[in-house]
Amino acid sequence: MLVEHGDDSKVLAGGQSLIPLMKLRLAAPQVLIDIGRISALSFIEEQDTELLLGAMTTEDALEHSDLLRSRYPILVDTSSVIADPIVRNHATVGGNLAHGDPANDHPATMVALGAGIELQGPAGTRWVPAEEYFVDLFTTAAAEEEILTSIRIPAPASSEGAAYEKYERQVGDYAVAGAAAVVQVEAGQILKTRVALTNLGTIPLRATAAEEVMRGAAANDPPFERAGLLAAESTEPWADSRGSADYKRRVAAAVTSRALRRATQRALEQR
Amino acid sequence: MTAPDKTTTAITLVVNDRSHDVVVENRTTLVQLLRSQLGLTGTKVGCDTTSCGACTVHVDGRPTKSCTLFAVQANGRTVTTIEGVGSETELHPVQDGFRREHGLQCGYCTPGMVMTSIAFLERVPDPSEQQIREAIAGNLCRCTGYVNIITAIGTAGRLMDAESATS
Repeated sequence: MLVEHGDDSKVLAGGQSLIPLMKLRLAAPQVLIDIGRISALSFIEEQDTELLLGAMTTEDALEHSDLLRSRYPILVDTSSVIADPIVRNHATVGGNLAHGDPANDHPATMVALGAGIELQGPAGTRWVPAEEYFVDLFTTAAAEEEILTSIRIPAPASSEGAAYEKYERQVGDYAVAGAAAVVQVEAGQILKTRVALTNLGTIPLRATAAEEVMRGAAANDPPFERAGLLAAESTEPWADSRGSADYKRRVAAAVTSRALRRATQRALEQR
Repeated sequence: MTAPDKTTTAITLVVNDRSHDVVVENRTTLVQLLRSQLGLTGTKVGCDTTSCGACTVHVDGRPTKSCTLFAVQANGRTVTTIEGVGSETELHPVQDGFRREHGLQCGYCTPGMVMTSIAFLERVPDPSEQQIREAIAGNLCRCTGYVNIITAIGTAGRLMDAESATS
């Protein structure tokens, strides 16, 4: 159907972003293709080396999953701050990513986790790293006739922790700034860090300078504040009703250092 | 029923234990179907932008903002609205909790608050105040300041508990 209708069509997942956009006439597809009932696309499954999430898994299912709570708490952090509890009954992780909105929360988390995005189209299936999936504002690497079907997340290494921090004005709002952090500790030192940021540019931004300043630091006293400031310097926020660019950078620094602190704490608890 | 053209669709859904065959415009939202076509005006439209929760109903048991679901998406599903909760002579324990604690002023948000609270208390029978606050984060009230609503949901939980203990 996507091939037949092309530009005139839109894939409808949980509808919690697309339907509001249609009401505002910001989207006016002639054809809606509802994939929300494909139950085979709704699953949370851990295999040997990775976690697999079906695109139609709801935020509510992620938020209340015992497996995620114990093994992938960053996904519980993320899903539980998206919109509000009623919206989370329908909103899906695949929709949150496929929308390509840098204000959404899962993109940064998936970039920090090094997740893979599965795209299916008439030509078959391919995997795209989350970092390459987000191309520009509302633009992803998916071709017009491809749909996002699942997400693959590498299982955490030993003594690895991850966390997501969002600062929002009120429940249901997008982030003023958000940060996803993954920290791996070995022999009392920070071995590896990955940080990605929400709503501070046209795509979820990697904060490589923050990652580098963390590397090799003592795990009992990493430079959280310094890393936060470095992350903030790399951002490109714009001024809007959520604040000036300067204010957003300050919030970016705070959420980054908080996410790093919590991720480090979780990594240390893993040992 | 058959749909006359491509802009409408014939659907079947169960609303408050009653099956309905209706033809809806494809663009009709569930709340418009409930209020305008089925005459169930207990469900309110507040913001119509997925924020306020006044339109909350249960779809297959899950609280849903009925302004943010197309009626066609409810095809084959089971919907419960405030009219399907309790009766004029016997209130649902959640309605009773709101009555006892004066958990409303103008009452416009109340149907949505009640629908959210029923599903929440079925999942979390003895909630903390913090859990209640988080559970109603998607339902806005512009009168009460929420204090009596939070008390009402706590009371409702105890009433539901007492009811299930005696039945």
